[in-house]
Amino acid sequence: MSRYAFHFDGTRCTACKTCVFACKDKNDLGLGYAYRKVYEYGGGETIKDANGCFSTTAFTYNISLACNHCEDPVCVMVCPTGAMHRDQATDLVAVDSNVCIGCGYCVLSCPYNSPKVDRDKGHSVKCDGCTALVANGEKPVCVMACPARALDFGTPDEMQKKGKRANIAPLPSEGYTKPNLFIKASKDARPAGSDEGTVTNPLEVL
Amino acid sequence: MNKGVKSDPMLRSRCEQHGSPTHCEQQDTLARLDLSPHNKSEGIAHDVSRRSFVKGAGALGALAAAGGILGGTLPHLPQFTTKVAQAYAESETKIVWNHCAINCPGRCSLKLHVKDDEIVQVETYSLDDDDINSIQPRACLRGRSYRSWIYHPDRINYPLKRTEGTKRGEGKYTQISWDEAIDIIATKLKDTIDKYGNEALYINYATGVSASTGRTWPRLLNLLGGYVGYYGSYSTAEISWITPYIYGSSAAGSTLNAANDAALILVFGSSPCETRQGGAVSNHDYVAMREQTKGKIYMFDYRLSDSTVGHSEDWVPINPGTDAAFVSAVAYELITKNMVDEEFLHTYCQGYDEETMPESAKGMNKSYKDYILGTGYDMVQKTPEWAAPITGISAERIRSLAKEIGTTKPLYVVQGWGSQRRSNGELTAWAICMLPILTGQIGLEGTNNGLREGSYSISMDTIPAGTNPVKTQISVFSMVDAIDRGPEMTEKRDGVTGAERLKTGFKFVVNYAGNCITNQNSDINWVHDIMVDDTKCEFVVGTDIVMCDSMKYCDVILPDLFRLEQDSMIGTGGDGAYMIAGSQPYSVKYERKSGFDQCALVAKKLGIEDEFTEGKSQSEWIEELYEVSRKKDDKLPTYAEAKKMGVYTRANPKGANIALKAFREDPIANKLTTQSGKIDIYSEKLATYIETHEFASDDKVTPIPTYVPEWYGVQTVTEKYPLACSGFHYRGRLHSSWGGIETMKELNPQELWINAADAKPRGIEQGDTVQVSNDFGTVELLAKVTSRIISGTVAMSQGAWHDANMDGDRIDKGGNINTLATHRPSPFAKGNPQHTNICEVKKVG
Repeated sequence: MSRYAFHFDGTRCTACKTCVFACKDKNDLGLGYAYRKVYEYGGGETIKDANGCFSTTAFTYNISLACNHCEDPVCVMVCPTGAMHRDQATDLVAVDSNVCIGCGYCVLSCPYNSPKVDRDKGHSVKCDGCTALVANGEKPVCVMACPARALDFGTPDEMQKKGKRANIAPLPSEGYTKPNLFIKASKDARPAGSDEGTVTNPLEVL
Repeated sequence: MNKGVKSDPMLRSRCEQHGSPTHCEQQDTLARLDLSPHNKSEGIAHDVSRRSFVKGAGALGALAAAGGILGGTLPHLPQFTTKVAQAYAESETKIVWNHCAINCPGRCSLKLHVKDDEIVQVETYSLDDDDINSIQPRACLRGRSYRSWIYHPDRINYPLKRTEGTKRGEGKYTQISWDEAIDIIATKLKDTIDKYGNEALYINYATGVSASTGRTWPRLLNLLGGYVGYYGSYSTAEISWITPYIYGSSAAGSTLNAANDAALILVFGSSPCETRQGGAVSNHDYVAMREQTKGKIYMFDYRLSDSTVGHSEDWVPINPGTDAAFVSAVAYELITKNMVDEEFLHTYCQGYDEETMPESAKGMNKSYKDYILGTGYDMVQKTPEWAAPITGISAERIRSLAKEIGTTKPLYVVQGWGSQRRSNGELTAWAICMLPILTGQIGLEGTNNGLREGSYSISMDTIPAGTNPVKTQISVFSMVDAIDRGPEMTEKRDGVTGAERLKTGFKFVVNYAGNCITNQNSDINWVHDIMVDDTKCEFVVGTDIVMCDSMKYCDVILPDLFRLEQDSMIGTGGDGAYMIAGSQPYSVKYERKSGFDQCALVAKKLGIEDEFTEGKSQSEWIEELYEVSRKKDDKLPTYAEAKKMGVYTRANPKGANIALKAFREDPIANKLTTQSGKIDIYSEKLATYIETHEFASDDKVTPIPTYVPEWYGVQTVTEKYPLACSGFHYRGRLHSSWGGIETMKELNPQELWINAADAKPRGIEQGDTVQVSNDFGTVELLAKVTSRIISGTVAMSQGAWHDANMDGDRIDKGGNINTLATHRPSPFAKGNPQHTNICEVKKVG
């Protein structure tokens, strides 16, 4: 069992992306990179009847998603060099940029769109769970940033009290990698594998 | 302040730059050992070198931008790496508190990490607790991206003069000295006053700075004999104008947390989470309220906003601009089914029925009840069947909602400012207030008066503006009209106050920290045509941070400082109050100067420096003003304590503010400042105003809250322009602020929300580029085809940066809704009806 997990409260998230930009600021990420992303997922219809009156089955919700530092991190498993590894002190999954060759296997394998190869840097980049802060007893910068207090970070046991292991659309079923992301789902949320909606902000999730 | 910060700041700053603790230890070792060639050849050092370069590239850019410490040229990698690594070993990161200052009541805390005289990270005030009600003014995404703006290549660094031979709007400028800039401004000021008088001076509405010493131009111009002022604001023109007629001059709404005790919550024209995104204002407060209240929430909106994501069952789709029709039909149900609180209406209100009409209007079927039941005014019964095709809410649903509204208590009704920023905004804002009025749900626990949510704030004194000898004012929206046809503008027709008409058009305009000349002003193409003519307004002085669109219409531009680059003080609040005492984080770069210092230089040139500064620097003013505030609020910390704390918070001792609580308790002792002293449903004063003023023939004006179709709305679309087009606030900008920041634009694209029923016949699919056109202009942006918006109405977020070739096709590729907005003012407030638009949409290419 990992030492740390994220919690995301889908009933509180207002899609403001403060988490994303706090992370970008801390990590000096320019255009094209975001270690945390906010997905908008939704569907349904809003229609006008013959009398000009509306009815709606619209639903929409967000998931703020970074690396889930999974129990079974497929990125670590497929990495041919060992660059993608679990940090010994924190169990957080991180890239050793000395070793990474930028092959992109981690990118292809991660079902959460977390790692990305930065061709300028020549290696894979992703959320490291703010390992250094965590090692200092602090919480990741995104968690402490959220104006709506929709994010938290702590031991999987603590986070499990606040939500269920991530198993809602558009995320894959929890069984694939056992993500250390525990979600309190909003009423709008649909189960993983649902085909009722789509990701409705594809431009915003790099 | 995070609990559990254990490391020394130096170690922490290094760790943050290198990710994992392994790297952290390596870097620590490296710092102690310094960089020898031997170590650099090791794997660890090699990694640090590479990472340092990546990190250092930003730092180098900052240093270069900061005045060429490194000569402005990129050194070769080894040299650079060595410099940066040494810098790590020698310098420390300090924390400096300051605040956001843009026009959001948030004005959230900024915890600036400053290293080598540059800001290297922006954090915020946050507590690691599980109490959702703890007061934490956490900065939003915009606050967290300040570095992208501070270090933006388009930052204005020197005084500029419009290049000889170019027109306003071309955006071509030549660098000049401060001496020359001040000389030009002082000379033009003096000449304008001599030639046209002080009524030719105007300070344009602007929202880029909020702080205790944020506005210094009014003080300067008042010392020179005054200027024409404005009333109202672009945010609230219509509701601000009508509210004194309803509730009197000091009306404010209940705080959002008052709705924790409500059983039913109705929200009109508001997306609290998008308009005020901070961690201790509406974004947080709405989320906290929704979680804690047992009340059912209905969000009446033409779109399912970000405030409602995850909670789509709260959404009641309604046609924009028709809130008053919905309210009227609910009123019909409440009245005809005996669900109104007659005792409240007869005790606390004037004009509900014949019995409560003033003498001047008795016996003429002019009461609100007459309007609703069809025995007065338009003689139409406001049945649910009448309202259904107007609002898009079925008669059946209106009946069921009316029953819920009439029988559920406490009822908390709140409106944002979206409903009022329309051609029928004054009456719509009033109409929404009728729901709590009719049900008597005012002044009690769990209720609101129907206005926007109020706040519990810390009040800070601001630098005295002095007395303006010129009493003439115009509506905030009328500046360009006054430039174009000033002497034609009258009190009776154009909303001039303090004089029967304007004496002169404006010849000298100050545009300090704002983008309301063009970008945030309606009908940008028309405004451009007026402003390029420098025989009309002869001189415009602009002061700003970056070259926003409005700066291009200025003749001299002065380089401003962000508030976060100066000592600064602000008090504000939401459910809870807070104050931020900001300190200057680093040295002033280039030739930028504070607004205070800019005005002081002009004052000096005109021989009134002592009167302007009173011998004090801005920082001394801030301290003095703070002491004045502290005399009125003795719970405030001392100035020195405040500066040390940075962020001071205070919970509302009452728990929540309840609007009109005192009035409800004793309506005689605590009578309102309306003409009747009661809540005016029929306003005698407004009836007189209507009789004595001129209105356009298609402006329907009534002394009671009626429904009037918009000029350009869902009921007045045409064959050529069959869609209504509305605007909304967007996370990626605060109005137009941050509108030029590339990383913000990337993740918050400018999109046209369009329902599939409108997109499909036009061949439009998600992500397509579309053009939106009407008689005022054309904008281009991306389509978001979504069930989150009703059909018949499209919408785009306001504040996008106007981007058009004004000497060419004028197609605005920035997607600014104001390219499509009329400059015709609303009937009463003469305010900006920027959501009242019709259009056609087509796919491009």
